[in-house]
Amino acid sequence: MHDLPVITALGGSEPRVDVFDTITIAENDGVAFASVAARIGHEAACHTVLKTLLGAVPETGRAVLHDPEAGFCMGPDQWMLGAPRATHELLADQLKALFGDSASVTEQTGAWVCFDVTGTAMRDLSERICNVPIRTMVAGDVRRTVIHQLGCFVIKRTADDHIRILGPRASAGTLHHALVTAAQAL
Amino acid sequence: MSQKNRLDGGQIDASAPLNFKFDGRSYTGQQGDTLASALLANGVRLMGRSFKYHRPRGVLTAGSEEPNALVELRTGARQEPNTRATTAELFDGLVAKSQNRLGSLRFDAMAINDRFSNFLTAGFYYKTFMWPKAFWEKVYEPIIRKAAGLGSLSLQDDPDVYDKGFLHCDLLVIGAGPAGLMAALTAGRSGASVILADEDFAFGGRLNGETFSIGDDAGAVWAAGVVAELDSLPNVRLMARTTVIGAFDHGIYGAVERVCDHLAVPDAGKPRQILWRIYTQRTVLAAGAIERPIAFENNDRPGIMLGSAIRTYANRFAVAADKRIAIFTNNDDGHRTAADLHARGVKIAAVVDVRADAPRSMDYEVLHGQVIDTKGRLGLTFAEVKLADGTTRTLDIGALGVSGGWNPNVHMTCHQRGRPTWNDDLAAFVPGGTLPDGMVVAGAANGDLSTHAALHGGAQAAKAALGLKGRLPNLPEAEDAPVNLTPFWYVEGCSRAWLDQQNDVTVKDVKLSHQEGFRSVEHLKRYTTLGMATDQGKTSNMGGLAIMAELAGKTIPEVGTTIFRPPYTPVAIGAFAGRHRGQDFHPKRLTPSHKWAEEQGAVFVEVGNWLRAQWFPRAGETTWRQSVDREVLATRGSVGVCDVTTLGKIDVQGADAAAFLNKIYANGFAKLAVGKVRYGIMLREDGILLDDGTAGRLAEDHFVVTTTTANALPVYRHMEFVRQCLCPDMDVQLISTTEAWAQYAVAGPNARKLLEKIVDQDISNDAFPFMACANITICGGLRARLFRISFSGELAFEIAVPTGYGDALMRKIMAAGAEFDVTPYGTEALGVMRMEKGHATGNELNGTTSALNLNMGRMVSAAKDSIGSVLSRREGLNGDDVLNQVGLKPIETDGLIPAGAHLMNADGPVDAAHDQGYVTSACYSPNLGHAIGLAFVKNGANRHGEQMRLVSPLTGVETRVEIVSAHFIDPEGERLRA
Repeated sequence: MHDLPVITALGGSEPRVDVFDTITIAENDGVAFASVAARIGHEAACHTVLKTLLGAVPETGRAVLHDPEAGFCMGPDQWMLGAPRATHELLADQLKALFGDSASVTEQTGAWVCFDVTGTAMRDLSERICNVPIRTMVAGDVRRTVIHQLGCFVIKRTADDHIRILGPRASAGTLHHALVTAAQAL
Repeated sequence: MSQKNRLDGGQIDASAPLNFKFDGRSYTGQQGDTLASALLANGVRLMGRSFKYHRPRGVLTAGSEEPNALVELRTGARQEPNTRATTAELFDGLVAKSQNRLGSLRFDAMAINDRFSNFLTAGFYYKTFMWPKAFWEKVYEPIIRKAAGLGSLSLQDDPDVYDKGFLHCDLLVIGAGPAGLMAALTAGRSGASVILADEDFAFGGRLNGETFSIGDDAGAVWAAGVVAELDSLPNVRLMARTTVIGAFDHGIYGAVERVCDHLAVPDAGKPRQILWRIYTQRTVLAAGAIERPIAFENNDRPGIMLGSAIRTYANRFAVAADKRIAIFTNNDDGHRTAADLHARGVKIAAVVDVRADAPRSMDYEVLHGQVIDTKGRLGLTFAEVKLADGTTRTLDIGALGVSGGWNPNVHMTCHQRGRPTWNDDLAAFVPGGTLPDGMVVAGAANGDLSTHAALHGGAQAAKAALGLKGRLPNLPEAEDAPVNLTPFWYVEGCSRAWLDQQNDVTVKDVKLSHQEGFRSVEHLKRYTTLGMATDQGKTSNMGGLAIMAELAGKTIPEVGTTIFRPPYTPVAIGAFAGRHRGQDFHPKRLTPSHKWAEEQGAVFVEVGNWLRAQWFPRAGETTWRQSVDREVLATRGSVGVCDVTTLGKIDVQGADAAAFLNKIYANGFAKLAVGKVRYGIMLREDGILLDDGTAGRLAEDHFVVTTTTANALPVYRHMEFVRQCLCPDMDVQLISTTEAWAQYAVAGPNARKLLEKIVDQDISNDAFPFMACANITICGGLRARLFRISFSGELAFEIAVPTGYGDALMRKIMAAGAEFDVTPYGTEALGVMRMEKGHATGNELNGTTSALNLNMGRMVSAAKDSIGSVLSRREGLNGDDVLNQVGLKPIETDGLIPAGAHLMNADGPVDAAHDQGYVTSACYSPNLGHAIGLAFVKNGANRHGEQMRLVSPLTGVETRVEIVSAHFIDPEGERLRA
């Protein structure tokens, strides 16, 4: 075992949590991510593995949700799969073993910062930061959007007052600042 | 001062007094007042000075169309010029100041302009400042700039914050008058998601300023009831203090919500305003109508207002504009004002009606005639009336209500080039032509000026917009008076009858414009400034059009209107900027070892959004050059480490990955062995260099492409375009991994020794030679990637780990390298070393250069088809005197080589026609002890050893230089293969 400590996207040793009256913004460092893209001519095989893993193939604009993460559609025949990092540090390798030649798999854990935004004012906050129809989104809806000039994914979780935001990790500080500022402005 | 003009009732809170100041004097108003209503309540009629002639002006309207009563609101950094007193909500402690004056408001020295009005007519700028030509820049323009504008800026940073936001709905209702309320209610009850926005702080629109009933209630009471029901519906969002400013493509509307403008200071963290982008399927425009004035001699004195404004001040704000009031009208609505005021005990001196068949009254005198002049230096004192029988009467009054008819608010219907149509009954334009997609117009905005018609139209519009089935809801009873109007635009024979009070445009100016050949309504606007500035002619345009029509012998619709453009009312620049200002102007991208670099005292530089360490100063170093020279020498002397996380990384996988890269890169990649890296160049379609970098083959079907930091996005976009559009049949998948991996260059003769302490595998030269790559593990098991590549020209590796471990790896490298005096180096040292090695970067790949320019022409393979290869061989890029990259060194060792300098032959003229090339990169080489440069020189590949003149007119430098190989250090590459 190596002895290198991991830091969160915000640079801490522990995920950061910011609590406001009606909003909680929690950095979620516990999800490992890997992208899966079906290879040409192997789409059916890829879908079969996805169904086995997730229970369904996530459709456009949709996620298949499990705890803490499962998978969502990022583009045509392209998905982001997530799993608990504690048990799936090598998620990409594990997935590649399952998909074989039916898909290209790329480790994405380090590429993203993940924030869970919860609370009764979640919709109000969402409306201040990004252009997603938050009031009509249902659990499992996913939108690709822009937050403070950063390309992000917004995933409506099962709880009605919960969204998960995936943003570019290098700009975690900027994204966090945008979220906290918006929360304070509500 | 007491509120001497305050009446009973209204919609103000008489129990909530508010203190405020205007021009340094203290007053008291009430909760529910605007600044204008509070000033009128205190008997203040004079509120500003006009733009050009500095004539005394008071309030004309009671709404956002106000042209005159513009003030500087608040003080210090929050001072905001050109704020309409008619919409500024009164709050305790409000401070306002009149503007556009020299001296006091009462004694404005600039009022001298009014004496010279004959010289300052329309177009005087264009006629006056033609000569002498030299005067324009030094004399005329400074004077005009000083005189121009109305209010003044604080010249301080705005201390408030502004937000932006996004809303989605099924139906957007613009305007909360009777039509808008009824539309929102109908839609809200159906379950549709509805947004109801109104610029006022109180919903109700005209109902708040009227006395008539809806059903059994006063109009305002009915409105409050509807608002209460709407507020209880979860699918309805009520947005008061929100102006919808524009209708844009695809059902998008802009709206400014004034969240904290009614407070002295916004609450901590709260935005002053929010600029909303509203996405809606359908829209009901119920923006109401604006009353228009009639132009007559001296019709601009304080105290002369629109009749509806006087009515609103009385009914809503409980303010009498004065104790004695007269009305000048061409329609029945003027009589409504008189009746309301009379009922509230205000003395009506007379109603002057241009119509012979005007309604009579038992309560006040109705005169058939016209107001032909007024008097009163700082406020109205008398009005002179010419009666139909030719006699004149003088009315002793302090306020005059003018009512010339109503203009439906068609503004928003025209934002996508729709043109309104003419309605003879109203003598006004109404919505017509092509409306923005999904828009339905209702109420007064649609030309339905009675309350009943507004209620009916609102309900019907909501049904139509949403496609609701069934009958209309039961509508309460409401007045349904017909419009009875005789068009009347201005009184004949006037010399100074004001059409546009904001821009000081008179009837005479319009006539002059026509006389001088400006016949198009758009030309009229530019020549006279009619309809410009903050009010955009909301009360003046129609008068100008009518006079234009008369002069041209056309009808008003034949003359047409100017183009209506967003925003509907002025918007603070801060609202457009939102949070994107100062430090938050753009996002920051930080590498995982940023914190470590901060701890070392690194000086950072912005590279796109990235912050990269530029150098790492140490104690005793007083200039950046000392730090950079040290870092270069230490790296070449032992080992250095540089954070190269910012370089673009693109994961390329698929059965056709190699073939795809063969297409993307100009040089061959199809046969690159697994475990090897190759340097490659990408061309644009036109044969110009797009980017360079390396690609490592981790498996038969898996490559990692690296790009320059600056081109990470353009290269990825280019590759996606090729994948999706040019080669859709190739089995290749792309995804950016730039941020997924932290990557560090470890360079210098001791680089291997250092990494051997970290890397778990054998990295000897035999096991891991130059241009090798592999998935490895470090520190006993952490997955990592290792590339044996060198930008510095030294023995070097680039090692990558998942981003979360980047900080730890950097610290590990520093600890492991302590015995070798490992030195962190920044982008400056990186730049020096790559120049010493002759490596190109963005300065050389500048969007105009080809592979041949970089002496890489032979890399463009002729044995395969790759993007840009054909056009790279075109004649224009391959002439005899094509630019080639060369190195430069000064003949005298202290000679300077500034980047951007141009090269001339040693003997010969120094001018652009004899230019031989230019310097792209330059630095001081601490290894060579003198400046060096990289340059493009005509036929440079064959001119090594030639002396040239380097000239830099910009910096005043002239240096004798020699053309040399660009490879100043280790030209045979022995170090990097060590």
